[in-house]
Amino acid sequence: MTSTDRTLFRFATAGSVDDGKSTLVGRLLHDSKAILADQLESVARTSAERGFGGEPGAIDFALLTDGLRAEREQGITIDVAYRYFATGRRSFILADCPGHVQYTRNMVTGATTADAVVVLVDARNGVLEQTRRHLAVVQLLRVPHVIVAVNKIDLLGYSQAAFSSVADEVTTLAGELGLPDAHVIPVSALAGDNVVERSANTPWYDGPSLLELLETLPSLDELETELEALRMPVQLVIRPQGAVAHDVDDPEPFRDYRAFAGRIASGTVRVGDRVQVFPGGATTTVTGIDAGPRELEAASAPQSVSLRLADQLDAARGAVVVAAGALPIPRRELDAALFWLGDRPLRPGARVLVKSGTTTVQALVPEIVGRRDLDSLALEPADGLEINDIGQVRVRLAADLPVEEYAAHRRAGAFLVIDPQSGATLAAGIVTAPVNDLKVATAGSAGIIRTTTDTEGAAA
Amino acid sequence: MSEPNLRVEERPQAASRNRETEVERVEEGAQRPSRNPDSAQAGFETTAARSPQPAKGLDALDTLESESIHIIREVVAEFERPVLLFSGGKDSVVVLHLAAKAFWPARVPFPVLHIDTGHNFPEVIHFRDRTVERLGLRLEVAAVQDYLDDGRLRERADGTRNPLQTLPLLDAIAAGRHDAVFGGARRDEDKARAKERILSLRDEFGQWDPRNQRPELWDLYNGRHTVGQHVRAFPISNWTELDVWRYIEREGIELPPLYYAHEREVYRRDGMWRAVSEVSPPRADEAVERRTVRYRTVGDMSCTGAVESDAASVGDVVREVATSTLTERGATRADDRISEAAMEDRKKDGYF
Repeated sequence: MTSTDRTLFRFATAGSVDDGKSTLVGRLLHDSKAILADQLESVARTSAERGFGGEPGAIDFALLTDGLRAEREQGITIDVAYRYFATGRRSFILADCPGHVQYTRNMVTGATTADAVVVLVDARNGVLEQTRRHLAVVQLLRVPHVIVAVNKIDLLGYSQAAFSSVADEVTTLAGELGLPDAHVIPVSALAGDNVVERSANTPWYDGPSLLELLETLPSLDELETELEALRMPVQLVIRPQGAVAHDVDDPEPFRDYRAFAGRIASGTVRVGDRVQVFPGGATTTVTGIDAGPRELEAASAPQSVSLRLADQLDAARGAVVVAAGALPIPRRELDAALFWLGDRPLRPGARVLVKSGTTTVQALVPEIVGRRDLDSLALEPADGLEINDIGQVRVRLAADLPVEEYAAHRRAGAFLVIDPQSGATLAAGIVTAPVNDLKVATAGSAGIIRTTTDTEGAAA
Repeated sequence: MSEPNLRVEERPQAASRNRETEVERVEEGAQRPSRNPDSAQAGFETTAARSPQPAKGLDALDTLESESIHIIREVVAEFERPVLLFSGGKDSVVVLHLAAKAFWPARVPFPVLHIDTGHNFPEVIHFRDRTVERLGLRLEVAAVQDYLDDGRLRERADGTRNPLQTLPLLDAIAAGRHDAVFGGARRDEDKARAKERILSLRDEFGQWDPRNQRPELWDLYNGRHTVGQHVRAFPISNWTELDVWRYIEREGIELPPLYYAHEREVYRRDGMWRAVSEVSPPRADEAVERRTVRYRTVGDMSCTGAVESDAASVGDVVREVATSTLTERGATRADDRISEAAMEDRKKDGYF
C-alpha cells in the first residue's frame, strides 16, 4: 500500500495558566516538523518585536496557536484551536484547549472527540485545583487515554525525586477519580526533553516520549470496533428514483434502489448479517453495503456507508440499524449528567431540545438532582446549573430515544441540549445510571468511582 | 433547470423519530450528462467496477472521508436549501467529489454557487462549466462585475477583487434562500480558520463572531438557526493540504490544469510569481520571464501567485507538498499578506 497507510489519532491538550502548554504544543509541532518556514519566520519576527523574554532569538510558541487578534492583543487564548501534524505512523488532530477563559467549556469541547487528553502540570506546583477539574472532565467524558505531562522538569535540575512526588500525586488522584491508566511523563517543553525524543537528562525515566506514546496508544475506534455490536443511526434514505448519478450507465438496476445512509457508530456489519431496526424492532438481512460506487463486503465504525436491506422497512432519519438482538430499550426518561455551557442558568422545569444521534426531540428537565463540586467531585444540592457547572439531572422526552448509558457506549449515550428559541447549544449531556439521592450519587453511581475514604471525608 | 431537490418529509410528531428524509430529485435535470471520455479521469468509478471488496483497517484518509460524508449528509438532511461554493479550486472539487459519493447512486442534491470576480483564470472557468455539466448540477453565478457596473461596489486602489466578493455572496445566499452554504475551507490554512467550527452560524450580514461560537461536541452538529441566519458548513475542516492531494491521487480526481507544472509568462512581485494577464499587468520595472510554474491555490489572477515547480503529475505534487517548507497561503496569496489578521477580518465581514 502507499504512505497513506497511517492512521488518524485525535488528542486534546489542557493545562492551567502558565504551565507551558503553548510551548509544549509549539515544541511538538516544531520538532515533528509541522511548522513551515513562513510560519516560523512570522512568529520569530513578532517574538522579537514584542521583546519575548529569554535568550535572543527565543520564540514565543504561543503565537503559533493564538489565531485571533483579541488573543494576540490580550496575550490569552480564547477558543479551542485545531492543529495538524503527521509522523510516519499517524496523522494527528490536536485540539488545543485554553486554560484561561471558560476552560470547562473548552475542555469539554476538546475531550468529546479525543482519543487521548494530555494534561500539563508544572513540576514546581504539582497537582492544582484546575488539574483536578481537567481530570474530572476527562473521567466523566470517558476519554480512552490520559497523559499527564509533568513540565518544567529542567527547572528542578531533572530531579527524579521531584518527578516521583508529582507522579504519586497524579496516581492518587487518578485512583480517586477512577481513571484507569494515566501515563505520567517528565518533560521540558522549552528544552524538548521527552517530547519527541527520549531525553538523556532523565536517565531514571525509562518510559516512552510523549510523541511515542501518542503514536502507539489505540484510538477509540481501534479499541471498540471489535468489542461492540453494530449500531448505525440513519441520516437519510437514498432513493434515486430515476435521477441517478452521472456515472451510472444503466439506471435500470437502480430504479428501486433504496438504502439507509449513515455513519457506523460502533461495531462491524457484513453482507448477510441479521439486523434490527429501531423503532419497531423489525428484523431483516443486510443485502448490500455501498460506499459511493464501491460495494463492500463489510464495514466498521467510523465508516460512512449506505446499507441495503432485504425487506422494505418504513424507516427514515432517526431510525437506528443495530445487530440483531442488540435492540436498545426505548427511553422516555433519562438520568443524565450535564456540562452546562449556556450563559443563562438551567432551572428545574426548563423546556429544551435534546439531539441524540440523528434525532432531535423536545424535552423537559423536571429535576436537578445536584451539582458536582469539582474539587471533591461529590454531588451537592443545587437549584440550578450555571455556566461551566457539571450537574446531575432527570430529563423527560417527548418521544422515545434509543439511547444507551454513555459509560457503556459513548456515541449512543451522548446528546446535546439545545435552546428551542435561540438554537444555542446549552449543554453537553451524557446518559448515566439512575441517581436516586445524593448519598448514593456520592458513592459513585454516576460514573465516578470513589476509592478512598479520605476524599469521602474531604467532600463532607 | 430544477431546484436542488432533496425532500425532507416530516410527518406530524409521532416525533422526529419518524422523520423521513429522502434524497430524491423532483424534476429531471435539463442536461442529462452522457458519459464522455473525460469522466474516466474524473474519479467516479463506474458500475462495471462494482464487486464486493474485503474490509480492511481504516487509514487516515478513510477516516477523514467518512467524517466529511457524515457532515455533508447531516447538512442535507437538516437544511432546506443547501448550496456548495464552487470555485473550481481543489478544495471545493474535493467537497463535490465527497458529495457525489455521499448520495450515490442518486445525484448530488444541491446546486453550486460561484462568486465570479471577473479575475478568474480562464482554464478554471472552463473546468467549472465542464464539471457542472458532467455531474448534471445547477450552477448559480454572482458576478462582482455586475456590482461594479451599477455602482454597488467600487474597484479597490490595489486592484484586487477578492475582498469585493462578500456582498455578491451574501446577496446570492439571500436570493437563493440558502440556509446552508458548503465551503472547502480547511483549518490548517490559517490561524483564524483554525478556530472555525465545522458548522458555523452566520447572521444576515454573514458575520462570524469568533468569541461567540457554539461548542462543537462529539459528532453531533447543531444546525438550529432562525430566519435570516444561515450556516456555513466546512466538511473538510480537518484535512490538511497534503491530505487533499493524497485523496486527489487516490480517487483520481480531475483538477484544472494549472495545478500542475506548465510554462507561463510571469513576473516577480512581493516575492511571488504573478501571471501576466489583462487584470494583472506587470509594471514597467517588472521583468517578464517564461518559467515552469504551478499553482498551489487558485484564486483571482490579481492576487494569486504561482510557485516554480516541475511537478507535472499528481504523484509529483504529493511529493512536493510533503516536502514543502512553506504554507500554501504564505507561498501564494497576496490577500493574506495584508496583515496578520487579514483572514480574520474578512471572515468577520461575511467572507468564507
